[in-house]
Amino acid sequence: MSDPTTTEVPSNAPTGDYTAYLLGLADDALIYAHRLGEWLTRAPQIEEDMALGNVGLDLLGQARSLLTRAGELEGAGRDEDDLAYLRDEREFRNVHLVEQPRGDFGHEMARMLWFASYQHELYSALLDSTDQVLAAVAAKAIKEVAYHRDHAGQWVVRLGDGTEVSHDRMQAGLAAVAPYVAELGDDDRASVAAAEAGVGILPSALVEGTAAHVRAVVAQATLSMPDEPRWRSRGGREGVHSEAMGYLLAEMQHIHRSHPGATW
Amino acid sequence: MTDAGPSTSRDNWPLWEVFVRAKRGLSHVHSGSLHAPDATLALRNARDLYTRRQEGVSIWVIRSEDITASSPDERDSFFDPAGDKVYRHASFYEVPEDVEYL
Amino acid sequence: MYGNDFGEPLNAAETADYADAVQEYFDGLIDADKRIEPRDAMPEGYRKTLIRQIAQHAHSEIIGMQPEGNWITRAPSLRRKAILMAKVQDEAGHGLYLYSAAETLGVDREELLDKLHNGQQKYSSIFNYPTLTWADAGAIGWLVDGAAIMNQVPLCRCSYGPYARAMIRVCKEESFHQRQGFEILWTLSQGTPEQQAMAQDAANRWWWPSLMMFGPPDTGEAAQGGHTAQNMAWGIKRFSNDDLRQKFVDMTVPQAQKLGLTLPDPDLRWNEERGHWDFGEIDWDEFWRVLKGDGPCNEQRITHRRRAHEEGAWVREAANAYAAKHAPHNNTVQEVA
Repeated sequence: MSDPTTTEVPSNAPTGDYTAYLLGLADDALIYAHRLGEWLTRAPQIEEDMALGNVGLDLLGQARSLLTRAGELEGAGRDEDDLAYLRDEREFRNVHLVEQPRGDFGHEMARMLWFASYQHELYSALLDSTDQVLAAVAAKAIKEVAYHRDHAGQWVVRLGDGTEVSHDRMQAGLAAVAPYVAELGDDDRASVAAAEAGVGILPSALVEGTAAHVRAVVAQATLSMPDEPRWRSRGGREGVHSEAMGYLLAEMQHIHRSHPGATW
Repeated sequence: MTDAGPSTSRDNWPLWEVFVRAKRGLSHVHSGSLHAPDATLALRNARDLYTRRQEGVSIWVIRSEDITASSPDERDSFFDPAGDKVYRHASFYEVPEDVEYL
Repeated sequence: MYGNDFGEPLNAAETADYADAVQEYFDGLIDADKRIEPRDAMPEGYRKTLIRQIAQHAHSEIIGMQPEGNWITRAPSLRRKAILMAKVQDEAGHGLYLYSAAETLGVDREELLDKLHNGQQKYSSIFNYPTLTWADAGAIGWLVDGAAIMNQVPLCRCSYGPYARAMIRVCKEESFHQRQGFEILWTLSQGTPEQQAMAQDAANRWWWPSLMMFGPPDTGEAAQGGHTAQNMAWGIKRFSNDDLRQKFVDMTVPQAQKLGLTLPDPDLRWNEERGHWDFGEIDWDEFWRVLKGDGPCNEQRITHRRRAHEEGAWVREAANAYAAKHAPHNNTVQEVA
């Protein structure tokens, strides 16, 4: 990736904001990969351990590419591990949806359906990014998230249209993630700047496509879209997280931080 | 492929046999089996289980109970009669050595 | 991984009671070093031994996901996190290949999982030890997977076709597991004094349990309950426990030296005459104690596994209910691409 024609960012992109934008995309993928990693050994069937592992690995791969790119643009010599392990909670830019603790399988499929649908819209739009590196990440990732979206959809339909118990639990899963969905469409400062420069896309532009896909799956699953939640999450892109995030980072970062400067 | 009877447990998924085409130009070859509630998920499970190192370009799945197999007891009557049909093989025929493209 | 079989011996009547014709047919195939395939007639003892051994092997893969899975959320670099996730996922895959082989013998996976969950069938005792530091992820790959590969490679030539084929696939995929474990320890051994100490501590704790993975000795005072002779005659086992253990020690000692690690055995020394490394007495009391349930993690591992299965029951039921509602007619074959 050292080819200057691909690593250069169009000159009109404000570097600081663009780095922040990339960190938002990267942190979403990283933190969700981390949560999916918790499912290994805990899935409802061993075949599903395999599937969730694959989704997690795809997301981790996306995170690594995006963090590396963000580090390059920042120009301070930080690599993927510096960014993943040595930033404090307030510097993480992921949405609250992905940091929420693991619930039951219905909850996970609801979260994955929303997140993969969002990522599918996102990466579709980023195919046209004027940053060739980001466009290349998007071109690879879009095939991955299409599979994630399908996987979640298959399960939401089966649980929704399965037994009475599973119908209720799937409906509860949708309700549990509902307060975290709106945040995916919030236009934070970095996104606005990235979109204006043509390197990124406005999150609000992804809302309708994301929701349309979820609605179609929910209808096929004989479920209903949950009522408008009483509250909604805000601020992940500005580094303001939920309480779950501190514990997640404590676990994720503690070995790395206990041995400053060590190689692993 | 197995003698296992249908399960009585409500959460037990049926068994599927998986066939993978390793690359274009080759036949599908039996890879193994897995459990899935239906054909759609069987295909996806097969993808996650049997092709995570790019082992395939195409997958078939089929319910194990739908396969009819020849029995080793019938082996003699099935396969031995082919043993004396040597004239089915090219090497059976003698042709002069200087004839090409035969 | 762990194709060893050291449960209760089968009773003589079980192995003796079959028709002469079956025996003759079966012996003919074994003598000719031909593979036995699922629909072949086979002695009941052979079938039962295989089911037990393959199931135990599959269970070991599934339970073996836990000690390493324990470090996925804490892996100290993103590269390590990805490798570890892929490895634990591979183990799930290997478990599935093996259950698939066992099911060709006329048992249902559900039945085998029940036997795992209620303690009727065992898994490799090595996983009843805890993974306490990051270096343990390395030690498992280096020592535990290293020992497993010793056991597994000969199984690729096992007389039962589906088992041998599953093992070929497993061995092919597992070649990376041992190497990544060594690489973890190699990196630690080149690192800070704390990292080096971490690696040494892991080697101290995992060395002896790894030697126990080959099962009790084939001869001498500590030999009991093994089936080595019968299993070798059947072509299920190709080398004795002690031979494999010696091979493992001979392979591992130079690697430990390379890593700068001291293996915790004062009796370990090169025997010029034998052309092998001599090693000290294994604590077989500990082996049997842990095998019988009194190890640091026996309870935890099974409880974790049982819980995942029970918590997933509603999901599996729902999928069956959905399949019944939407069963397509004459559409049992599906294809992609």
